[in-house]
Amino acid sequence: MAQVSDKVMVELRNVDKFYGANKVVKNLNLQIREGEFLTMLGPSGCGKTTTLRMIAGFEAVTSGAVIIEGENVGNKAPYQRNVNTVFQNYALFPHMNVYDNIAFGLTEKKVKKEEIRQRVGEMLSLVQMDGYEKRMPSQLSGGQKQRVAIARALVNRPKVLLLDEPLGALDLKLRKQMQVELKHLQRQLGITFVYVTHDQEESLTMSDRIAVMNNGILEQIGPPDKIYNQPATKFVADFIGESNILEASVGSVDGDSLNVIFETGSAEVSAAGFSQDEMVYISVRPEKLKCSAAAVPGFNLRGTVKEHIYVGSIIKTIIELPNGQDLKMSLLAGTPLIAPGEVVWVYWEKDGTVVLHTHEETLYNLIEQVPKIEVSV
Amino acid sequence: MNTVTPPLVSFRAEATASEKRMALSRSIPLFLMVGPVILWLLIFVAAPLVYILVISFMKKGTYGGVVASLNFQNYLRIYDPLYLKIFFVSIVIALATTVLCLVLGYPFAYIIARARDRNKSILLSLIMLPFWTNSLIRTYGWIILLRTNGTFNTLLQSTHLVFRPLQMLYTNGAVMVGMVYTLFPFMVLPLYSSIEKLDRSLLEAANDLGAKPRRAFWRVTLPLTVPGVFAGCIQVFIPTLGYFFISDLLGGGNSVLVGNLIRNQFLAARDWPFGAALSILLIVFTIVLMRVYKHFGGSLENIT
Ligand SMILES: Nc1ncnc2c1ncn2[C@@H]1O[C@H](COP(=O)(O)OP(=O)(O)OP(=O)(O)O)[C@@H](O)[C@H]1O
Ligand SMILES: [Mg+2]
Repeated sequence: MAQVSDKVMVELRNVDKFYGANKVVKNLNLQIREGEFLTMLGPSGCGKTTTLRMIAGFEAVTSGAVIIEGENVGNKAPYQRNVNTVFQNYALFPHMNVYDNIAFGLTEKKVKKEEIRQRVGEMLSLVQMDGYEKRMPSQLSGGQKQRVAIARALVNRPKVLLLDEPLGALDLKLRKQMQVELKHLQRQLGITFVYVTHDQEESLTMSDRIAVMNNGILEQIGPPDKIYNQPATKFVADFIGESNILEASVGSVDGDSLNVIFETGSAEVSAAGFSQDEMVYISVRPEKLKCSAAAVPGFNLRGTVKEHIYVGSIIKTIIELPNGQDLKMSLLAGTPLIAPGEVVWVYWEKDGTVVLHTHEETLYNLIEQVPKIEVSV
Repeated sequence: MNTVTPPLVSFRAEATASEKRMALSRSIPLFLMVGPVILWLLIFVAAPLVYILVISFMKKGTYGGVVASLNFQNYLRIYDPLYLKIFFVSIVIALATTVLCLVLGYPFAYIIARARDRNKSILLSLIMLPFWTNSLIRTYGWIILLRTNGTFNTLLQSTHLVFRPLQMLYTNGAVMVGMVYTLFPFMVLPLYSSIEKLDRSLLEAANDLGAKPRRAFWRVTLPLTVPGVFAGCIQVFIPTLGYFFISDLLGGGNSVLVGNLIRNQFLAARDWPFGAALSILLIVFTIVLMRVYKHFGGSLENIT
């Protein structure tokens, strides 16, 4: 079992990327450590693939530096970098059989025939594809192609493996199975994985750390539990798992305790670093949200139970606030339910909330709202 | 083509036209759709072919025409060294034309396929442009360029590169220039479409696995565009054997190719049975080539 070391394997320093006038990666700073499984997570079009391609060398950075093992690789071609890529569409060579596909990188490096045979054989058993040497890619299922693509990259013993949504084309069951296998493989080999996905569940189960991207910006980077429990921005809170996000203003500050005022109520929350009258977001996970027929100390927020939705072993209850906002509450099946239409007091577990500044957002809004200067002649 | 079309060309054209019609037939009752097609094929493809086949086994009449008497004399006559030489020269010229077209056409097709969309359509229409003018007239254009007091010789002399005008027209070289010029688009278009279809991530994968661009070309691009290479070669090679008007105009009497030989048997020597036998031989040769092409995984759809 390999461990994540302190050595920085890949570093992105102040990386900007423009396509024409379109800035798709904005001042990205990222350090990926040796043996780490790092996931880049974010919605479609946020710049994940672009970032991966800059590490692989398929795209040049507009400004900033890509540093691999302490060396700036800015002017190195993909074939000169000690990284390999597993492409989203596998990109297996259709005119070569499985053996020749996997052997491709080794023949390019002029490795001896005998050694190639041995290493390809090892890879085939590693990805459980023994006996498939002679098959052509067109004769393989999606999952098998995936394994071959991984073997073809790993046989080169790269320091870093880049994977761009490698499981995107597989059905749910195979996907789950491959997630476990990939994770084992990575632990077993101790290779640094940079894994791109837009599936937040996948990222939570597989990663050592998750880098959440949005719109070309790195919103937060950290271990899965930290990302889940302490989202740094409203976007992260919203994107990872489900969240109820309430707008509020800080009424009073008392040490680590804030009194926040909603449009239709108020609550006591614990958080540091906020000042009076500041606008904030309160993010509450559905499993931390509770309701009761009687008022709960520290909370002054009421809503109407709207409906119950059964989702397997849990029940989602929707509570509507007087201003029309819906809150989601999840309960284990079997919990007594409150009839729809009843008015209830809403509260939450103290440790289940995150208070977020809104001023980052305000800043962006301000930039976008800078009036155009009209030049009169 | 305004000149007499060799039978095998019309045969190929009909085959693809009928395939297209087959695709339509799902919506229309079978006999309504297939009936006219079969009739058409019978009258314009099968009947002439059968006619040619039949007379190839007959004898020439004293004053032209055909005399019915079954014999293989026409086929045996082809073994005459004179005719064998014509076949040999034709095949050499056709091969050379094909190779030249391929060597010039591949980079050309590659550049078009990798150009930006806007430039792509401009370049493609430049390739297609000559199709819209008469090929006979374009061949006459080459005479003006190549003849003794023509454009090239005038240029060469005025720049004192040569002292005496070069004999360029009426050589096998001139015939090949004309062939390459006329058939170039038939090479470029199938090459273009196969290079265009090539998934770029395959080249990135090759680069990623340590292959420099040149290696990636030999190991990935070229093997995957072989269908285009085959299709282009067949589309250049076969017409070269039959385009007698080019060797007539640019080769003068010095260059007699199979196409000219067949044309002469029908029109000048009035020996239809021998002309028919030569045609049948050419058709069989073409069919063999197509078989070989298909054997190596070529699809007839690439040949348009
Ligand atoms: N070659 C290109 N030319 C111009 N714009 C591009 C190019 N490639 C990507 N983009 C743009 O850059 C942005 C980021 O694209 P990227 O492919 O990195 O997104 P992504 O996060 O990988 O998304 P997805 O999850 O859909 O794969 C998008 O707005 C995209 O339109
Ligand atoms: Mg992507």
